[in-house]
Amino acid sequence: MKALVRSGRTPASSVPVQVYTPQRMRLPRPGSYLSDLWDRRHFATHLVRTQLRAQQSGTVFGQLWLIINPLMLALIYYVLVNILRERGRGADFLAHLTACIFAFHLVSTSVTSGAKSVVRSGKLILNTAFPRSLLPIAAVLTAFVRFLPTLPVYAAIHVYAGLPVGPHLLWALPVLVELLVFALGVGLLVAALQVYFRDLSNFLPYVMRLWLYASPILYFLAEVPKGVKPFLAWNPLVPMLAAWSEVLHDGNAPQVGHLLQGAAWAVGALLVGGLFFVSREREFAVRL
Amino acid sequence: MSSLSVSDAAVPVDDRADHPLAVKVENLSVVYRTSIEKKPTFRSTVTRMGRGQRVVREVEAVSDVSFEVPTGTVLGIIGANGAGKSTLMRSIAGILPPTKGRIEVHGQVSTLLALGVGFNGRLTGRENVVLGGLARGLSREQVQEKYEQIAEFSELGDKMDMPMRTYSSGHGARLGFSIAVHMEPDILLIDEALSTGDAHFKRKSAQKMRELVKQARTLFLVSHALGTVKELCEEALWLHQGRLVMRGPTDEVVAAYAEFQEVGETSTTLEDF
Repeated sequence: MKALVRSGRTPASSVPVQVYTPQRMRLPRPGSYLSDLWDRRHFATHLVRTQLRAQQSGTVFGQLWLIINPLMLALIYYVLVNILRERGRGADFLAHLTACIFAFHLVSTSVTSGAKSVVRSGKLILNTAFPRSLLPIAAVLTAFVRFLPTLPVYAAIHVYAGLPVGPHLLWALPVLVELLVFALGVGLLVAALQVYFRDLSNFLPYVMRLWLYASPILYFLAEVPKGVKPFLAWNPLVPMLAAWSEVLHDGNAPQVGHLLQGAAWAVGALLVGGLFFVSREREFAVRL
Repeated sequence: MSSLSVSDAAVPVDDRADHPLAVKVENLSVVYRTSIEKKPTFRSTVTRMGRGQRVVREVEAVSDVSFEVPTGTVLGIIGANGAGKSTLMRSIAGILPPTKGRIEVHGQVSTLLALGVGFNGRLTGRENVVLGGLARGLSREQVQEKYEQIAEFSELGDKMDMPMRTYSSGHGARLGFSIAVHMEPDILLIDEALSTGDAHFKRKSAQKMRELVKQARTLFLVSHALGTVKELCEEALWLHQGRLVMRGPTDEVVAAYAEFQEVGETSTTLEDF
């Protein structure tokens, strides 16, 4: 390639040609966008690696913190729930609580770090043309890698609580995929919104805290009073976390309804968040 | 090479027929909406609602610009602040989409735009180089290979493994220049990014630029240092308020621009880099 191009007499066809034209509907062609995304996948994976390194996840205490932080959260809520209820709850509830808190923590870190992902990369966006959605994607991947060390912790609690172990646990995988896709959809949405409303990431922790209370984490879905149930239908995390608990706590295959509703929310979130992000991303360079 | 005026800029030039096109810009207009606020927030949007103020402004940064650049040209782009030079650069790099018109770019573009590299101050110089290269679409092996050259050229030594927030602005600029020129671009866009750096590095970067020019790469140089433009560029393009005022041999364009600015070619405007 070197020899060809430098001669100055290269036939124009041997060098890559890019043509930039105004975008109709502000959306690029999906095929070319996705292939662009795939071509730059190493950027996302390397970004994940550097983010993990920056967060000291490589050291022993850094790793430990990844476990201690959500575990403390789970223990605090376990104690709190036991104080608030007249009859204390057993070890199986602790398993439900930790499983759901760890899953929720995965979603909430994806969303909160996704929100900052674009704004934080200002200089790179101003100087380089690349699919901007790689930034929130990397944020979700980072959150996922940080979620992994909590799995053995949960496994220990699961066994301690005497909950069933068997092939049914594999049902957790599709639920986990739903959670990740949903987190990515929301992450894309808030990452784009953050460009226009820089205080969004200040509100997010409060939203997340409310979301935690409105999800079947500190209680079982079956315990929710009839009058409140219709409201929970609007919480996308309800079917996913319900299915999560059905697999891990109840020891069953998840209800098909929960699995399907969760999938619908996840795909819907990805579509809405993804389309909004991609339709806006070419504008980020002048908004940062 | 014949001198080109605005009117025939879009017409193919015969004596350049053996040089393929590098960049073709046709009737390019770039309008963008930008917020007047430094940091747009939800809170300020809500508090503003009652007052009916608009803070989003439309800016027509480039309007109806057409030109062609054959491979191997070193094109200087001059103009007052706010002339649309940086916007034009970003459009050619594919960072800003055109509002109207069409841009055709033949070859790999590498940019060294006003803000330099280093998108994350917490990461080391090395990580910034690698991430920047990967974002430009290089493979891991290519980045690794280029990294050595970049580190050597920038003469940053051990500093490469320190967080970029510890760099002085000169160090940052050195790294930025090294990255841009070592990406082996077919087209290199440089936007006023050479002003920092000490005398030694300035000389070194000027030499590197001349080397690139010799290799018949296409170079776009945005600069207020008319001396640099005159020295490096054979052709120049003068933008004013988004419009193409003049294009032609550097001497003529620079002279016209200097006259327009009523500054004349004093030592200040000619100052190197």
